[in-house]
Amino acid sequence: MLRKKREPQPYWNPYIVGFGIGLLIILSFFVTGRGLGAVGAFNGILATLVHAIAPEYALANPVYSGYVAGVDHPLKDWVVIEIAGVCLGGLLSGIVSGRFKFEVIKGPRISNLSRLVLAFSGGLLMAFAAKFTRGCTSGLALSGGSVLSPGAWLFMISVFIGGYAIAFLMRKAWN
Amino acid sequence: MELAAPLQFNYQVPEGILLLFALLTGIVFGMFLEKAGFGNARKLVQQFYFSDMSMFKVLFSAIVTAMIGIYWLGYLGVLDITQIYINGTYLWPQIVGGILFGFGFVICGLCPGTSCVAVFTGKLDGLAVFAGMFVGLFLYGETEPFLRKAINYSAMGDVSLYELFNMNYGVLTFIITIVALGAFWLAGRVEQRYGNSLS
Repeated sequence: MLRKKREPQPYWNPYIVGFGIGLLIILSFFVTGRGLGAVGAFNGILATLVHAIAPEYALANPVYSGYVAGVDHPLKDWVVIEIAGVCLGGLLSGIVSGRFKFEVIKGPRISNLSRLVLAFSGGLLMAFAAKFTRGCTSGLALSGGSVLSPGAWLFMISVFIGGYAIAFLMRKAWN
Repeated sequence: MELAAPLQFNYQVPEGILLLFALLTGIVFGMFLEKAGFGNARKLVQQFYFSDMSMFKVLFSAIVTAMIGIYWLGYLGVLDITQIYINGTYLWPQIVGGILFGFGFVICGLCPGTSCVAVFTGKLDGLAVFAGMFVGLFLYGETEPFLRKAINYSAMGDVSLYELFNMNYGVLTFIITIVALGAFWLAGRVEQRYGNSLS
């Protein structure tokens, strides 16, 4: 008997997802006085790694010491645990929706290797830029935008300007 | 009515409960991102080719929802908005950093939050984004003394937009909501014209 290939479930309506995330942000402000975050967790994990390899070096460095100095455990942190939840939630939803699959997502006109090199380079630039902006799409745009931080709105406008400016150059990678 | 929230500042909330709340919040956030299709870099970047405006729709409908909710909780005296965290504004670092972030976003196709969803749904390009992000943050950690002046340039503190423009909070919330509704309508028109959304 042939096993029927499972089709992925359709995506949810973006406005329903947005409304849901909006409620989640309200709840987060209600409980903790802060919104959501993402890139902060990567900072915390990196500082923990550097601290594990070279403790004195990490404590002397002004960037890493902020995450590891004088804390119980650097990974016992709100945003690190929240991002662990994002990973878990993504995994569960991916399995349930039939979208969990080992693959490289890319446009049809680019090789897997080129795509991975671009993914690495873009990730590097994005994280470096997030240090200048003090946050990413979650911690600054979503959360700061909701509480009307001028910086958050400036950031969003700038991200869209940068994205549209480079989209033409990058078209071969995606379409 | 007594100001009761943020709960963390006004009640003795045990750390374990807060961390459990963090985990549950994250799980729901991750599920929403996955359900929107944001584990898929190619779907996300279609925003920048006008064929699938999901990223814009999710981002702004979440912000408008949260903005209205937080405003009303504050107005009704349930949430003390003087206690909530407002991201600091650094004019030029956030403009220049935002443009570079936009470049990085379209080059790699994911943002830090959605990269987690990509990795945990098996997308190998997400793993490469993870690796790049750690290297980027490490480079920053090593060069911070040279960048410190630049990243703190034009700091404006923790002001809000309505304080900056000397406006009424409710009026600004209303104006942004109306503008967003117009933008949602426009996004729909753009998709009708250029739409080719990936399923």
